[in-house]
Amino acid sequence: MARPHGNDPAALTGHGAANHRAAGGESRRDLLAKVLAVACGGLATLPPVAAGLWAFLDPLRRTRGAASFLSVADLAAIPDDGMPRQFPVIADRVDAWTGFAAEPVGAVYLSREKGSREVRALSATCPHAGCFIDLEKATQCFRCPCHNSSFTLEGGIVNPSPSPRAMDELECRVGANGQVEVKWQKFRAGVAEKVVQG
Amino acid sequence: MSRPAARAVSGQPSRKGVLGRFADFLDDRTGYRAVVHEALYERVPGGARWRYVWGSTLVFAFMTQVITGLFLWANYSPSAQTAWESVYFIQYEMAGGWLLRGIHHFMAQAMVVLLALHLLQVVIDGAYKAPREVNFWLGLVLMMLVLGMALTGYLLPWDQKGYWATIVATNLAGIVPFVGPSLQQLVIGGPEYGHHTLTRFFALHAGFLPATLVLFLVVHLAVFRKHGLHAKQPITKPDAMFWPDQVLKDAVAMLAVMAVILGVILMPALRAMLAGEVVHAAHLGAELGAPADPSLPYAAARPEWYFLFLFQFLKVFEGWGATGEFFGAIVVPGLIMTALALMPIVGSWRLGHRFNVAFTLAILAGIGLLTALALNEDYSALWVNRASLAEAEKLHDQTGGDAAKLVAALGGDRTKAAAIERQWKTLEKVRRSQAYLDAVKLAEADAARAVELAGRPERIPPAGMLELVRRDPLSQGPRLFAQHCGSCHAHVDPLAPDAEAVIAKSSAANLHGFGSAAWMRGLLDADQVAGPAYFGNTAHKEGDMVSFVRDDLTDEATWPKTDIDAVVAAMAAEAGRPVPQEIAGLVEKGRELVAASDRCGGCHAFRGNGTDLGAAPDLTGWGGRDWLVGIIVDPTHERFYGDRNDRMPRFGKAAEGALPPLSRKQIELIADWLRGEWYRPAKH
Repeated sequence: MARPHGNDPAALTGHGAANHRAAGGESRRDLLAKVLAVACGGLATLPPVAAGLWAFLDPLRRTRGAASFLSVADLAAIPDDGMPRQFPVIADRVDAWTGFAAEPVGAVYLSREKGSREVRALSATCPHAGCFIDLEKATQCFRCPCHNSSFTLEGGIVNPSPSPRAMDELECRVGANGQVEVKWQKFRAGVAEKVVQG
Repeated sequence: MSRPAARAVSGQPSRKGVLGRFADFLDDRTGYRAVVHEALYERVPGGARWRYVWGSTLVFAFMTQVITGLFLWANYSPSAQTAWESVYFIQYEMAGGWLLRGIHHFMAQAMVVLLALHLLQVVIDGAYKAPREVNFWLGLVLMMLVLGMALTGYLLPWDQKGYWATIVATNLAGIVPFVGPSLQQLVIGGPEYGHHTLTRFFALHAGFLPATLVLFLVVHLAVFRKHGLHAKQPITKPDAMFWPDQVLKDAVAMLAVMAVILGVILMPALRAMLAGEVVHAAHLGAELGAPADPSLPYAAARPEWYFLFLFQFLKVFEGWGATGEFFGAIVVPGLIMTALALMPIVGSWRLGHRFNVAFTLAILAGIGLLTALALNEDYSALWVNRASLAEAEKLHDQTGGDAAKLVAALGGDRTKAAAIERQWKTLEKVRRSQAYLDAVKLAEADAARAVELAGRPERIPPAGMLELVRRDPLSQGPRLFAQHCGSCHAHVDPLAPDAEAVIAKSSAANLHGFGSAAWMRGLLDADQVAGPAYFGNTAHKEGDMVSFVRDDLTDEATWPKTDIDAVVAAMAAEAGRPVPQEIAGLVEKGRELVAASDRCGGCHAFRGNGTDLGAAPDLTGWGGRDWLVGIIVDPTHERFYGDRNDRMPRFGKAAEGALPPLSRKQIELIADWLRGEWYRPAKH
C-alpha cells in the first residue's frame, strides 16, 4: 500500500481535480464505463469463441447415411452345419476427407442349417460395449474378450452376462446368383433395445 | 490488501442475497477478491489514455490465437498426407471452419502490426529506461516468440506457399556457422521435408512456443505491475484507475481490432456479392494454396507480407553467395536486435533517447521502404504502361538485347540508344513482374482445382491430395504439353485474339480441339491444310494429304459437301467427340467413305478395310485415347507415320535399359487433357 502508484481506488478521491465532480455523477459515469468496458470486451471475444464452438459442434451435423445391403459372401462358402463363420464386410468408406474404396469395415458371423438357403447374419460387434466378439470353437459359443459376455451359436444371451441384449442380428438375403447380402447397420451399445445408430 | 477494503469495492449492499453470500463464502476460502482487486485497481498516472492500449490489445490478440488455435487443433492433422487435407476440410466442409481459420490467420498478422505499435510506443515514451530495462528485454523475447509462431504456423497447411517459404527459411537457418546444418535437420525432423517437419513445426507452433510465451508474458506483466505504468510526460490530468477507465479504452481497441479482422475476412465475400457472384468458401477467410509439391516449380513463392522486407533485403546481397546470405539473413537482423536490446543502456546517455527513437523510426522506415520495393518489383506490371515500351520491346527482340546492334539498328543515334537501353531495364522489370503475376494466377488456378478435386464424391485418396492432383489431366496436361510438345505444337483456340501469332510461331499442327469436328473440318479445308495450324510448317506440307485435300476434295463432283460433312461426322465420332447435330445422321455414311478404297481408304487403313498399314496413319479409333497414347508413345509405328514421321520423338520408347522421355502415365495425362477428359464437378 505504500508504493507510490498505490492501487487503492480510495486514494484517488483525495486527488485534486476529481473532487469537484459530484459523487453521484462520478459513480454513474463509472458504472457506464464499466458496462461499456464489459460489453466491448465481451463483443470482441465473442467471434473467436463462437467460431470455435461452431466448428467444434460440426460433427453433430454428420450422419452415417442410410444402411444398404452389402454383398459379403457366396452361399456356397457358408457350410450348412449350423456353425457360424466369420466374414469381412467390404464397403466404400469415407473418413472425413479421405475416401477408401472397397475396404473391410467390419465383420459378420454367417451360419445356415442343413440344406437351407436361409442365412443367419450376426454382427460381430458386442451389444454391451462394442468390442469384437470371438467365436470359441472349444466351448461352442460366442464370447466377447472385453467383459466376457457370452452368447449361444444362434446369438442368444447366456446368463449371467454383462450384455443387456442378445447379439445383433442383421437383415440378410440371398440373391438369385447365390450372393449373400447383409444390411450393414450399427446399433447403440449398452441398452436393452436394439436401436439403429444414425 | 485488507479485506474490508476489498468488500467495499465490490459494492454489495449490507443485506446480502444468495449470490453475495456465496461470493463471501468463496472469498473466505480462496481470497479471489484480493486477486481481482489487485488485477483491476492499478493506478494510471495522468488518467487513461489511448496510447496505452497496445499492450492490452496484444494480450487480447494472443488470447484469440489460443482460443481459435485450440479449436483448430481439434480438427487439424499434422502429416504430409493429411495436413492440407484437414485444413481443406476445416475451410470448405466444416460449419464455421472458414471463420475460425480466418480469425486465426488474420489475427496472426494483426499481432505483428500490434507488436510494432507497442514497441514504437514504448520507445517513444521512453518506457524502456530504468527501472524497466528488464521488462523491455522480456518484451523483445516475446516479440521473437510471436514471430517464431508466425513462421511455424505458415507451414502447417502444407500448401505450396507455406512449403516453399519454409524451405527458404530453414535453408537460411542452415547457413548459421557450425550449428546451422544440425539445427536445420533438427527443425525439419530429418534430412528431408515431410511428416516430421509437420509434427515438429506443429509442436513448436502449438506447444513449445506458446508455452514459453505464456511464461514470459506472465513475467512481463508482473514486472510491468511492479513498476507501474510508465506515464507519458507531462501529466496534465488527474490519475485514474485501470478499471474501468483504461479497461474501457483497451476494450474499445480490442473491439476495433476484431472488427478489422472480421472486415478483412468478409471483404472478398462482400465484393463477390456486390459483383453478383455466388459466395463460396474460397471467398471467406484465409487462403489455402494447392498442396505442397516438391516436384513442381513454384514461381509465386513469397514469405508472408511482414517478412517481405527480409526477403527484399536479401536481394541487396545478391551475387555475394553464401556470405551475402549469412550477412543479410543473420548478421544484420542480429545486429538490429542487439541494438534494440541495448536501448535501455544507450537511453541513459545524453541524447541517447533521441538516438533510440530515431533508430527505431529509421528501422521501421527501412522495413516500410523494403516492403514497398518488394511489392513494386512484384506488381509493377500492373501500373507500368507496357504500350509505352513497345518500341523498346521490338528493338530488344530484334537485337537480342545487344547494345552494339541497337546502335546500329538506330542508325548510330547514341542518345536514343541510351534512352532505349534505359527502357530495356524497365522492360526487364516489367517482364519479371508479369512472370510473377502469371505465377500467382497459375497458383490460384491450381489451388481452385485442388479444392474442386477434393470435393469429388470419391473424396481424397488415402495417399493424399497430391496423388490426386498428379493424376489430374487438367492441371498436369498443360504443363507436360508445354514441356514436351509445346516447342513444336501450338495449343490455342483458333478464335482467341492472339491465336494467329502463336500458331505462326509453331512448327507442327495446332492440337487445340484435336479430334473434334471443327478440327477435322479445318484439316479438310484446302485453305487451311497447308497452313501453320495443320501441315504448313511440317515435312508433310507438300505431302499426299495436302495435295489430296487441295486437288480431290475441292472437286465437288466426287466430293460433294455432304460427303465431307459425313467424313467430319465419322471422324468426330471415332474420336469420341460430340458430333454436331446437323451432321449427326451422317456418321455411318462417313465411315463408309473413310473406308472406301477410292476415298480415304486408298491410303488410310480404317476398321479392317483391307488397306495395309504404313502408307498413312490408321484412322481406326483416330483421336481417341488409345490412338493418341499410341502416337505419342511411338509416331514411327506403322499404325501412324512409320518412316515418314517428321520430327516427332518417340516419347514412350527408349533404348534398352534407358528411361523413355515420358512415362505411360504422363502420356495418358497429355492424351486425356487433349481430349478434354477430366473431372468436372456436377452443376448444382
